[in-house]
Parts: sequence; C-alpha cells; structure tokens
Amino acid sequence: MATETLTLGKALNAGLRKALENDPKVVIMGEDVGKLGGVFRITDGLQKDFGDQRVIDTPLAESGIIGTAVGLAIRGYRPVCEIQFDGFVYPAYDQIVSQVAKMHYRSRGKLNIPMVIRIPFGGGIGAVEHHSESPEAYFSHTAGLKVVSCASPQDAYVMIQQAIASDDPIVFLEPKRRYWEKGQVDLDAPLSEAYPLHAARVARAGTDATVLAYGPMVRTCLDAATAAAEDGRNLEVIDLRTLSPLDLGVVYESVRRTGRAVVVHEAPSNVGLGAEIAARITEECFYSLESPVLRVAGFDTPYPAARVEEEYLPDLDRVLDAVDRTFGW
Amino acid sequence: MAKGDPGASTRGRRAAPRSRKAAASDPELVQLLTPAGERIDSVTGPDGTEYRVDFTDEEYRGLYRDLVLVRKLDAEATALQRQGELGIWASLLGQEAAQVGSGRALRTQDMAFPTYREHGVLYCRGIDPIMPLGLFRGVDQGGWDPNEFKFNMYTIVIGAQTLHATGYAMGVAMDGKTGTDDGEAVIAYFGDGATSQGDVNEAFVWAGVFNSPLVFFCQNNQYAISEPLERQTRIPLYRRAAGFGFPGIRVDGNDVLATYAVTRHALDNARHGQGPSLIEAYTYRMGAHTTSDDPTRYRIASEVEAWQAKDPIARMKAFLEREKIADEGFFTEVDEQARREAVDLRERVLAMPNPEPTTMFDHVYPNGSPLLDEQRAQFSRYLESFEGSAH
Repeated sequence: MATETLTLGKALNAGLRKALENDPKVVIMGEDVGKLGGVFRITDGLQKDFGDQRVIDTPLAESGIIGTAVGLAIRGYRPVCEIQFDGFVYPAYDQIVSQVAKMHYRSRGKLNIPMVIRIPFGGGIGAVEHHSESPEAYFSHTAGLKVVSCASPQDAYVMIQQAIASDDPIVFLEPKRRYWEKGQVDLDAPLSEAYPLHAARVARAGTDATVLAYGPMVRTCLDAATAAAEDGRNLEVIDLRTLSPLDLGVVYESVRRTGRAVVVHEAPSNVGLGAEIAARITEECFYSLESPVLRVAGFDTPYPAARVEEEYLPDLDRVLDAVDRTFGW
Repeated sequence: MAKGDPGASTRGRRAAPRSRKAAASDPELVQLLTPAGERIDSVTGPDGTEYRVDFTDEEYRGLYRDLVLVRKLDAEATALQRQGELGIWASLLGQEAAQVGSGRALRTQDMAFPTYREHGVLYCRGIDPIMPLGLFRGVDQGGWDPNEFKFNMYTIVIGAQTLHATGYAMGVAMDGKTGTDDGEAVIAYFGDGATSQGDVNEAFVWAGVFNSPLVFFCQNNQYAISEPLERQTRIPLYRRAAGFGFPGIRVDGNDVLATYAVTRHALDNARHGQGPSLIEAYTYRMGAHTTSDDPTRYRIASEVEAWQAKDPIARMKAFLEREKIADEGFFTEVDEQARREAVDLRERVLAMPNPEPTTMFDHVYPNGSPLLDEQRAQFSRYLESFEGSAH
C-alpha cells in the first residue's frame, strides 16, 4: 500500500493525474491551469505530462469555460473545469444553472453532462475581495447539480476521482485555506472500494452533542471537539462531504443519541445550508431534541476586509459557544 | 429533396439562365436569386471566393418543396397556439430560406446547435416536426436525441448554445475529425439580438483562439422582440468577425440558393481545418417574435410590405416558372402535400397526452438522488390518497 503524506492540494493533483491516466476523455480546462499549474498549483505538471489538448489553458471568461465544456461533454468528453476563485464563478452562473444542470432533464436522459466544476472556496487566507466566498447554497439549491466538498487529503484524492467518474454534473468545492494541510493518502486504494462520494461520515465519534460541518470547517470543529474534551464534553463531529444531495441518515442517528445539533459553515446563515439541515433534523428527530438546532455561520454581510475575517469566520470559540448554548436551553 | 444532398450530384446540372456577376443593388450582400426570381450565375465574395450553385431541376424543386412545407407546418403551429393547443409558438415566417438553405448545406456528419426558432433546420435534419411542439404545448421539454439527428435541443436562453457549439467543435478537432472532405463541421444558430450577449462574444473568442471547425450562422431578422438592429450594433453584424480574427459575410437570407452556397462553403472550410467564420443571413421576421408579441406596436406596415416583396418562396416559384423547371401540377402537388402534413401534425398534437405527474421526477440526474426518490414516493402516496374520492 503506497501511503504518502501529502497536502490536500497535492492530493487533488494526484487524483487529477490518476483521472487523466485512467480515461482519455477527461480534460482539464480553466484559466492558468496549464503552464502555471493553476494559481494554487493544483494542476501543477499535468499539462507537461498530458499535453495542451488534455489540460487546456482557456481564454479568460468563466461563462466560456463552462459553456464550451457543455459542448465538449455532448461530444463525449469529461471536462473538469477550474474556476479560479469562488467569487469568479458568477459569470458562469447562467451556464451552470440553466444549461449544465438541466441538459439531462430536458433531453429526457438522452444527454449526460459529466462535468466537474472545481471551485476553491471559503476564506481564511487574507485575500482581497471576491476571493473568499462560500457560494455552496446557490448550487445546492439548483436541481440537476450535485455539490460536494472535501476536508482531508485522503478525501480530496478519492473524491475528485469519484466526481470525475460520475455522470452527474458536480460542483466540487475545495477548502482553499486547507490546501496546505497534510495527511496520509493511500494512493493505491481502488475507487470501487472507496467510501461513497455522496455520503456523510463521522469524523470523530462522541456522545454529548453533534457538530456538523463540511470543507474548511471540519478541521475547526475537530479542534473544537478536542478542546471540549478537555472540559469533559464529548462532541461527535460529522463531515457532511455531500451538500447536494445531503446525506443525513448518519446525522439523524447521531442526533437521536446526543439530542443536540450544531451546524457550522462559513457561508452566511440566512437561507444557508444550515437552515435546510436544521429543518430536516427537526422533522426527523423532533422528539429526541433537547434544544433547537443551532447554526454557527458567517454573518449576513458581504465577505469583509481581510483584517476582520478572523472575526467573521466561525472559529473554535464560536463553535463551543453554540454547543454551550444547546446545553443551557 | 427531403433526404438528398443537393448540389452534390454532378448529373443534369442546370446552368444559371443568365450569366450575371455580382448583385449590383447591395455590394455587401451575396445574392444568387433576386426578389423577382432572376438567377445570378455567381457572386464573388469580399475574399475572392466565388459563390455559385449547380443544382439539378429535381434539386431546385426539392428546395422549393422544403420551403413550402416548412412554412405550412409553421403556420399550422401558429394556428394551434391561437386555438389554445400550444402555450406559445415562435414562428419562422419569412426566414424559411435562411433555414432551409443552411440546413440543406449541412452534411450528414455535421452538428447543429439551434435557438428555439430553427424549425426549418430541424425539418431538414429529418426530425419529426411534432417534436418541438411538445415543448411549446408543455408536455415535455424537447425530446429528440441530439446525437442521433446531429441537431441539439432548442436553446431558449439567448446565445448560450453558441458556447456549446464551440465546445463541441473543439471536441471535433481534438478527435482529429477535421482536415478531410469527410471531416465534421458544426453550425451555431443565433439571432441579431444574441450578438449583444456575452456568451456569443465569448464563443467568437474561443472559436478564433482554438481555430474551431464552426460556422456562426446569425439570422439577422432585424428585431429582437421589439428592439431594432440599431439597438444591438453600430456596424453590420458580419463585420464583427474581423475583430475576432475570422471571416464574416452577409448573405441574402431570403435567397435559399445564396444561403446554401455561402453556408456550404463555410462548412467545408471548417471541416478542412480552416477555422470558424460568421455568416449574417439578412432576413426579416414577417410575423411576431412569438404568439405573445404584438409587432404593430414597434414597426410600421410599409416596412413589412417592403419585405413581403422579397419573399423567399415567391422568388423561388417565379424562378421555377420562368425556367420551366416546374409546372402548375407540381405546385399543386406540393401544396397538397403541405396540407396533408399540416393536418397530420394537427391531429398528432391534439392526441399528445399530458405526462403523468410523477414523470417530473425522471431524469434529473443520471445517477439519481435519494432526495428525489423520497419526494417522488411521498408525492405518489399523496396522489394515491385521493384515489376513490370525488376530488
């Protein structure tokens, strides 16, 4: 078993490389993905090894990236599109929502758009405006799209390959501030035996309250659980992994045991994923709940200037504060 | 000539009756058949290309038949909408030559990406004309197999399909399917209004940069709903191409012969690896934008009358009569075929069943979704709860 220590970014690179090797129809396209290897170097070295027909530096136009990828998909290719930053996906929003998401439906199943749209998302890197957003609710609200987010190098490596192999169009959200975090990655694990793409997973077992997160907030919540354990409180942390469709079976099972649930995301709370998750937990676990489901989220402001993002973003203390409140209800 | 490949045969060519070079009236417009039905032998385009057609009598008659059938079926759809059988209809009235000329110029292996008004191209691709009526009746959202007929689904979001066509054409090139006589080419249909869209301009950039085997076919019908061409552009649309680095040409879109010649030439260039080009088919939307529109609010009758004099079918008929390519019996027979096909279309539209409610859950995802499975099951139980009740 070839287990290596990789950063999350390198694990994505390895997963993309494997996908290019395994299927000649896979093409990577986006701004600066070729020679430069992407602004985060996620596609580093891939154009050199697979050529500029497989790893395509595109003109600088996001709608063009997604729109031409639709045509390539109709032609039989499996495009993997990189949107350079979360805040730059909106020019492509029409193509994603009106075309990518609906093509299979409108054609009564005759066309598939097996496209992956990779988006580095979320804050925490001190970036200038439009570089730190969390657009997952827009895409999760759109029928016809699936949305996933990875939180660890191992998941990054496996999930990107699963997403590319899937015939569904998938928005693949990469927690950009975790690109440099390291973890063990089993590079030889066969995809067929991997944990399913559209499934949540317990990241840390616990008994006293259930904390739900995805992407960059999983690490934050695991740290919160470690801190809570020092105070004698045993938190269960669930990595949701799939945002659309949500996989809440494991969540319901957990909440029925703990009676308490806190949902954590960077995106603003208003009409965010936390609201949907809270509603569904309430419908399914009503008689098990000891307190309302609470949300810890970004505020309903535009993403603020970098010098105050530490205050904007949910952190360990705000997670623990919410957990405390579920006990004080 | 429903299934034929006009212009491909070498037998029985009919030379143009008069050897005239270039249309004097408008040097910017490629025209091979004047509004009066006079044939022009050949026209030399701005890049020196000589445009001509050499059709057999049978092929000429076939093009006429296409024009008449397409207009009649379109009129029937308009009537069906007026009688409440379609929710809306986007008529192609006036644009038959642009669509039949370009549609017949496509070779079997070529792929087309339409808007929502390309009923004439759809007909030329051999798709049952009932298919788009399901969309406009509201019983489905399209439904033909784009890969079977090499004709993608209708696209209602203006200009979005030009990017799909560009990506598809990139794929053709990546597959190594250009550079030979049997190479593949792609055609993207759009209108004058769409040329203002970002997607169309991005498609121009992409196709130019990647030298894609693509023909941008703009039917300039002079109006984007109510807005005249002057609200979209300061220069003739075909000249936009120069700024993107590929050829642009304007053709008389009411002239089926010139449209065929220009489109065939552009497609053949594309399939031979010579990259994209833009055709502006200069035409006129004789009817409303859709059946929900009232064009009397924004254009004057004299303008419509002036275009009526340039009718694509009348000029073809005048030509066929003058050259004795067709007689009265032929015209009567074509009209009778059109009437029969229209009646058949009507009967089949009226017989279209409403879809079962739970089919709305079908085909959202190739791999399905547990959320949808759950919603479908709940909704089915809900519907079943009414069974046997009076409600």
